[in-house]
Amino acid sequence: MNKKADVVIIGGGVTGCSLAYNLSKKGLDVSLFEKSYLSSGATGCCGAGLRQQWSTHENAELAKKSVEIFEKLSKTLNYDIELRQGGYLIAIHDEEEMKQAEKNVEMQRSLGIKVDILTPENINDVASILDVKGMDVVGATFCASDGHANPFKTTFAYANAAKKQGANIFTQTEVTGIKTDKNQIKEVMTTKGSVKTNVVVNAAGVWSKDIAKMAGIKTPNVPLRKEIMATERIKLLFEAMVISFKDGIYFSQQDEGQIVGGIPIPEQKSGFKTMPTFSFLNHMSKTLTRYAPVLKHVNMLRHWTGFYDVTPDSRPILGETKQVKGFIHCHGFSGHGFMLSPMVAKLLSDYISEGKTNTVLDSLNLDRFKGKKLTGETYVVG
Amino acid sequence: MGEKKKTIVCRCEDLTLEDVEQAIDEGYTDLQELRKKLRIGMGPCQGRVCIPIVMKILERKTGKKIPKKSLHTSRPPIVPVSLGSLASDEK
Repeated sequence: MNKKADVVIIGGGVTGCSLAYNLSKKGLDVSLFEKSYLSSGATGCCGAGLRQQWSTHENAELAKKSVEIFEKLSKTLNYDIELRQGGYLIAIHDEEEMKQAEKNVEMQRSLGIKVDILTPENINDVASILDVKGMDVVGATFCASDGHANPFKTTFAYANAAKKQGANIFTQTEVTGIKTDKNQIKEVMTTKGSVKTNVVVNAAGVWSKDIAKMAGIKTPNVPLRKEIMATERIKLLFEAMVISFKDGIYFSQQDEGQIVGGIPIPEQKSGFKTMPTFSFLNHMSKTLTRYAPVLKHVNMLRHWTGFYDVTPDSRPILGETKQVKGFIHCHGFSGHGFMLSPMVAKLLSDYISEGKTNTVLDSLNLDRFKGKKLTGETYVVG
Repeated sequence: MGEKKKTIVCRCEDLTLEDVEQAIDEGYTDLQELRKKLRIGMGPCQGRVCIPIVMKILERKTGKKIPKKSLHTSRPPIVPVSLGSLASDEK
């Protein structure tokens, strides 16, 4: 193993690998440590969606710019990430939700995101399998350039390209400690040796709290256990991801034909338990067949759990901490890491290599949790 | 080489011995990474057919014994169940 590095990245999910790619592209010497295999955490369990329709402008801006990168990514990295832009349809159930949606659409449009407000009659033009009565909606918003991509392949694509540029990626290697001196990062210890470095990026997802603690930093994120299921493969029936904030459901049909989706369960709590529950299956199948009754004939095949790394305002914690020089936060994505990863990695790599700051990075700094009133992201499902 | 193209390893995803060996040669030497790259074990058989075979191929190619913990967890359902049955309250 190398004895030193310009930057050490902790975590081999999509964000860590994307950072390794962006930093090594700038000629920096990068070492990435992953305690298991690449995409073994939230990346490999996620719903694969790419959404630009948000209630906070930071998320909307990061998502829009990420989609622009995703659109070119298969070509840039020479690896098919299976991007499909079938749009996101957000169900709106009452006048109150509609008022909020109109406000959010205005903000999204001001950033150049093309979003339409649909009447119940128009919903079936987007996805004919939906039962508008069963969904109990007064309308929907729809952004045609939203979509999904393959999270495993995106991670592998970034990691392979990073390796070609000279990045060192160590899997099955756990970080055991971080050494600081006069509030400056000095060294990272792992199960396979130590590396001297001045910069550490914490991209460890739900384990990021423990990593931050190693450098003496307290973070407010908690792991929230989530469940998700996949059906057998069937002929392509619909292209859009369908979501509802009221029912908490999201579902889409992937390229291979399986329908993948999730919903919160009433007894949801934080922690690291990973066994799926029957409560989820019951809840999910009931809501899904209410939204799309024809799916009652489709077999459910697989069911697994993953984690949202959730912050008090459901927005990521990004950028350098003031307490320890060289410690860069890149976690707390609250269930939306995959879709924000390309742009977040770009912004952070510009900051690490050139010291370039950015208004989005500034407003998502760890300091925002200190006493001030938070503007929370309300557009969260699953 | 012709034989490898015809030897099916995963029936759910229609993967051949050649597909699996090629992915291992590309550097996907962790059983879980291989699974996520090729979708082995994600079909209706839930890995009962393909995973033991892929493990053997991986062990033969890398010369390393695969630790038991790298196998993926068995989770419900054991056999595919229709969403209609799951949604029904009948016991």
